[in-house]
Amino acid sequence: MKFKPMSAIAVLALSVPTLGMADADDDSLVINGEIEIVTKAPAPAHLEGALDEIMSGWHFRDDATQAMEMDDFDNPGMLFVENAMGVWETVDGSEGKSCASCHGDVAESMKGVKAVYPKWNEAAGEVRNLQMQFNDCRTNRMGAEAWGYDAGPAKDMEALIASVSRGMPVNVAIDGPAKAMWEKGKEMFYTRTGQLDLSCASCHEQNYGNMIRADHLSQGQINAFPVYRLKDTKLTTPQGRFKGCVRDTRAETYKPGSEDFLALELYVASRGNGLSVEGPSVRN
Amino acid sequence: MRLSTLTLAALLAAGTASANPVTYADVVFNEDGGVEASLTGVAGNPEEGAKIFSTKSMGNCVACHEVSTLDAPFPGNVGPMLDGVADRWDATQLRGILVNAKMTYEGTVMPAYFKTDGFTRPGNAYTGKAPDGPLDPLLSAQQIEDVVAFLSTLKE
Repeated sequence: MKFKPMSAIAVLALSVPTLGMADADDDSLVINGEIEIVTKAPAPAHLEGALDEIMSGWHFRDDATQAMEMDDFDNPGMLFVENAMGVWETVDGSEGKSCASCHGDVAESMKGVKAVYPKWNEAAGEVRNLQMQFNDCRTNRMGAEAWGYDAGPAKDMEALIASVSRGMPVNVAIDGPAKAMWEKGKEMFYTRTGQLDLSCASCHEQNYGNMIRADHLSQGQINAFPVYRLKDTKLTTPQGRFKGCVRDTRAETYKPGSEDFLALELYVASRGNGLSVEGPSVRN
Repeated sequence: MRLSTLTLAALLAAGTASANPVTYADVVFNEDGGVEASLTGVAGNPEEGAKIFSTKSMGNCVACHEVSTLDAPFPGNVGPMLDGVADRWDATQLRGILVNAKMTYEGTVMPAYFKTDGFTRPGNAYTGKAPDGPLDPLLSAQQIEDVVAFLSTLKE
C-alpha cells in the first residue's frame, strides 16, 4: 500500500531528480538501556542543498534487526569486539608489547577516537583511517607484522575501537590538510560508474527510503560501521562495503586499503557528522 | 518458435555481430529520445518480454518498477509504476527509454540497456574486475524488442 502514493508521484514528477521521500521509521535507539544513539540529526553544513536531515541506516531496517543492536548480548558484532579485547592485551612482535602496554584500558584511552577518523596525521603527512593507524603501531612500536587490509584481526579491532565511542557524535574534520582528500572523496561519491552508470548519490542521496526490490535504500551513512551483516554472518568495514557497492554498478571496483577508498571513506564519514558512533551495528 | 530460437541464440552469443543485427552506434534517436525503427525487424514477443522484465539475471526491471499484473514479489519503487504505461508512451518512446533512457530523461538513474561504451570504469559484469574486451549490452536487440512488446500490452 505505501508504495502506491510514491509511485504515483514518481509518475508525475519523473524529471525531478530528487524526490526527497525518506521512508525511514521514527524508532529510537538506546543500547544496553544506557547508551543513547543519535540516529537522526540536522545535516552538516557541507551537505546544504543535498540533504536536510541525516539518518543512520538503523532506521531503514526491520524491527527484528533493529532490536538485535539494542543489547550487546543480542549483537553478533560484539563477539568480534571480544576477540579484539583479547588481541588488545596480547603481546606481539619484537618489542614485547601489546596494545595495552602503551594504551592501557581501551575503554578509556580510545574513547572518542572513532568519532574523528579518518583523520589527518601531521607527522606522517597523510590522512589515516583506523586500520592504517593500527599498522603504524604494529610495525613501528611493536615490531609486529602489519595486518592485511580487512584481515580478521584488523576488522575486529576496528569494531572494538568503534564500540568504546558509541553514543559520541561523529566529528570528522574536512578542512585544513585533509581538504584535498575530502574533495576527491566527494567527487567519487557523485561520479557515476560502471555499465549501470550509478553513483553513490544515485541510490543513497536521490533515492534513500525507496526500494530496490526488497532492499530498503538508506543514506549510506557509515557512522554505524563496522557492521555485522546477517546475510554474510561477519563484520564488514566501510571500504569492504564500498567495494561491493561499486562492483554492483557493473564497474571495475577499487581495492579496500586503496587511496581512492580512503578518500571516499573520509567523505562519507563526514556526511554523518552529528550522528552518533554506533558500531558494531547489525544490518541485514 | 522462430522468436524463441532467435532469443536463445542472442543469449548464447550476446555481443557478436550475428546475434545483434544492430549495435548501439547504429541506433537513431528522434528529438524526444525515442527510437522509431525496430532494432531487429522481428516483432517482439510480449511473453518473453514479461519474463525478461521479471527475471533478476535478465532485465531485472522489477528491481525498480512495479507492474501489478505480474507475479513478481517485492517490486521496487525507484522508478515509476508501469501499469498503463502503453497509454502514456508509444513503442518508439519505450524503445528509446530502454536503449538509453538518458536521451529521454536527462540525468535519470535508469541504466541504458543497449549502450556499450562511454562508461566510467566499466567492469566485467558483476565481478568487480576490468572487462576482458568490448562490453555486451545489458539486453540484446531482440530482448529489447521483447520488453517493448510486453510494455505495449500494459493499457488501462
